[in-house]
Amino acid sequence: MVEGDWDIITGNHAAALAAKLARVNVVAAYPITPQTTVVEYLASFIESGYMSAEYIRVESEHSAMAAAIGAAAAGARTFTATSSQGLLYMAEVLHWAAGSRTPVGMAVINRSVGPPWNIHVDHQDSMSQRDTGWLQMYVSSNQEVLDTIIMMYKVSEHPDVMLPFMVCLDAFVLSHTFMPVKIPKQEEVDEFLPPYRPRHWALDPSDPMSFGNLTFPDDEYQEMRWSIDLSMRRALDIMEDVAEEFSEKFGRYHGGAIMKYGMSDADYVILTSATLASEAEVAVDIMRDEGIRIGLLKLRSFRPFPHRDLRENLQGKKGVIVVDRSISFSSGGPIGTEVRSSLYDITGSPPVINYITGLGGRDITYKDIIAMSKDAIGRISTGRLRRPYYWYKLKPEYQRVELTEEVMS
Amino acid sequence: MSITIHDLRRRESSYLPGSAACPGCGATIAFRIASRILGPNTVYVVPACCFSIIQSTYPRSAISAPILNFAFAAAAAAASGVQRAYKFLGKDVNVVVWAGDGGTVDIGIQALSGAAERGENIMYICYDNEAYMNTGIQRSGATPMKAITKTTPTGKQEMPKDMPMIVAAHRVPYVATASVGYPFDLANKLEKARKIKGFKYIHIFSPCPPGWDFPVEKTAEVGKLAVDTYFWPLYEIVEGKLRVTVKPRKKPLKEFIRMQRRFDSLKDEEIEEMEKLVMEKWNFLLHLEKSERVF
Ligand SMILES: Cc1ncc(C[n+]2csc(CCOP(=O)(O)OP(=O)(O)O)c2C)c(N)n1
Ligand code: SF4
Repeated sequence: MVEGDWDIITGNHAAALAAKLARVNVVAAYPITPQTTVVEYLASFIESGYMSAEYIRVESEHSAMAAAIGAAAAGARTFTATSSQGLLYMAEVLHWAAGSRTPVGMAVINRSVGPPWNIHVDHQDSMSQRDTGWLQMYVSSNQEVLDTIIMMYKVSEHPDVMLPFMVCLDAFVLSHTFMPVKIPKQEEVDEFLPPYRPRHWALDPSDPMSFGNLTFPDDEYQEMRWSIDLSMRRALDIMEDVAEEFSEKFGRYHGGAIMKYGMSDADYVILTSATLASEAEVAVDIMRDEGIRIGLLKLRSFRPFPHRDLRENLQGKKGVIVVDRSISFSSGGPIGTEVRSSLYDITGSPPVINYITGLGGRDITYKDIIAMSKDAIGRISTGRLRRPYYWYKLKPEYQRVELTEEVMS
Repeated sequence: MSITIHDLRRRESSYLPGSAACPGCGATIAFRIASRILGPNTVYVVPACCFSIIQSTYPRSAISAPILNFAFAAAAAAASGVQRAYKFLGKDVNVVVWAGDGGTVDIGIQALSGAAERGENIMYICYDNEAYMNTGIQRSGATPMKAITKTTPTGKQEMPKDMPMIVAAHRVPYVATASVGYPFDLANKLEKARKIKGFKYIHIFSPCPPGWDFPVEKTAEVGKLAVDTYFWPLYEIVEGKLRVTVKPRKKPLKEFIRMQRRFDSLKDEEIEEMEKLVMEKWNFLLHLEKSERVF
C-alpha cells in the first residue's frame, strides 16, 4: 500500500487507514465480527510505527467508548470501531459522548442484532441508536468509507458542531470486500484536516473546570439538549461545505447529507442508503432504459436528518420508494417514517411507499430494487396505498400470512 | 520521610467550602486529605456516587480541580482514556478515579479490572461507605455481613468482596487499605502511591453517619475503632509484598458494632461469631506479611 496511489483494499482496511491519515491520537477498541480486522489493522499500524497513537486494548465496548470520551475530554483526537452487540453495549456512553460534546470518531460495521446470532448486515444496530446525539453517516463504497471518516473529523470538530460521529458501513458487503481505493497522501490530509484543538472545554488542571455536575429542571439541561439539536442541524451545511472542500482537494465528491442520481427529470424517486444505494443506481439505469423516469436519492446522513434537502428534492414527485434495512417494530422503517413525516406538510407531498427488507443480511440486489420500485409505481397508479409499510422478500409462506393480516391504515 | 500534620496543613486541599455533603461525611475527610497529597495538578474522574452530589451542583463546584463526571460503570476506563491522551500529548497530570464502593466492587469492577490488568498509569481511590448511599442506602458487594440497608432490611446475609485483594491479584504495583480514622497512615499511603508509575489502588474506609446510623460527630472515632477492633485492617501491598501498617492493641469488636445502628439486628452471640472472622482475617494478614509475595 502506497499513500498517494491506488490499492485494492477492504472496507475495514479503509476505515483503519482513515484513522491513521486523520492522525488519531488515541484508539480504544474491542473486537467483534465483522469489525475485528479494523482493530487488528490499527494494532499493526501502531506497533509497526506506521501510525503514532496510544492504543487502549480495553476489556469491553462500554469501556472502549468510555476511554475514547476520556481521551477526547483531555484534548485528543480519538477513534474506535464496533458492530451490533458492541454498539448496543455502548448505548449508555454513546449518550455520554454527545452530551459531553466530545468529537469521538467511530466506524460502525452494520451487523444484525441477536438473537438469533447473525453476523451479516442490517442497520438495526445503528438505527436503534439514532437518538444518542451522534452524527450518523451511511456509505456505499470503500472509497467513501475512507473519505467520509476523514471528512467527518472536520465536521464533528467544527466549533459549531462538537458532536461525535459514526460512519456506518455494511458488514461483509463493504467490510470484507476488496475494492479499488485511492489512498490520499498524509501531507494532503494534514493540509485538509488540522490537529484537534478543543476550543470549548478540556480537562486541564491549569484551567480547572468540572464537567457533568448534577442539574435541576430549572438549570440549563433542556438548553443543553437544544444546543445538541441546534449543532446537529448546523452540521448539515458544514457537511456540505466540507464535502466540497474535500472534492476540490482530492477530486472526489460523495455528497454531503444526500447524493443525487438521475434526479433532474425523475417522476419517481428511490430513497435508500448504504450499499442498497449502489444497487439502486444500477436499478435506476435499467428502469430508465425501459422508459421509467426514476431517480435515486441516496441518504448519506441519517443524523442530522436532511429535511430541507428532502423537501426540495421530493416535492411534486409522483412517488418515493423508501427501502429500509431495519425495522421500528409496528411503526415502519426508520428512514421511511421520517421521510414521510418530513414531507407530510408540504404542498405536492408525494406518496411514500416504504419497504422493509434485507434483514439479517438477506441479499438484496438491483433486481429486488426494480421489483420494489415497480410494485410501488403500480400501487401509486392504481391507488392501492393501503399500508404504511410493506415487508419485501419474506419467505413465501410468511409473506402469505403477512398479506392476510388486517390492513393497518 | 513520613507526612506530618505540618505537611498536611501546608498543602492546599482541592475541597472548597460549600459542598453538599452530609455533616460528618467520611468521604469528604478522605477527599480533603487525598487532594492535599495529590496536589493541584490532578484530574478526577468521578462515577455516579455520593461525590456526584458532594462536589455541589451545576453551575457551582466545591472542588477546585477539574472533574470528569462519568457513567457509573466505566470510571476506570474513562480515566485510562484521559491518561493516555495526556501521555500522547506530552502532559504530566495525575489522573485519579474517585469512586464509591458500588462503582468499584460491583458495576465498575470490569472497567477497574481491565485498567489494572493493562497497567494504566492511574490512581484508583475507592471511598468505601459500605453501601449505595447516593440512592438512599442499598446493599453493595462491600456491605458487611449483617448490616441493615434498605435492600437488606433484616441484615445482609453475605460476606463482602475482598476488593483490595482482588485488585492485588492483578499484580499491580501498589494496593492499600486506609481509614479516615488514621489520617496520617492514609496520607503516607497516598504520598507513596503518587510516586509510583502504573496502577495504584487505595481503598479508604469512610464512615457515613446517615447510612450507618451513628451521631455525626463520631465519624473519626468510628473510622478509628474499625481499625482498632481489626474490623478494617490497614495494610499495603507494594510490588506484591504485604505489610500491615498499623497494629493497634485489639479492642473488642462490640465497641465498633454497637456504635452504629445498622448492626442493630446483631445479637451479642453473633458479635462473638464475627470476632472469629475478624481474627481469622487478621491472622491471615500477619501470615501473608511473612511471605515474599502475596501474588
Ligand atoms: C448504570 C447505572 N445504574 C444505576 C445508577 C444509580 N446509581 C447512582 S449512584 C448509585 C449508588 C452509588 O453507590 P456507591 O458507588 O457505593 O457510592 P456512594 O453513593 O455510596 O457514595 C446508583 C445505584 C446509575 N447512575 N447508573
Ligand atoms: S450519605 Fe454518607 S457518604 Fe454520602 S454524603 Fe452523606 S455522609 Fe457522605
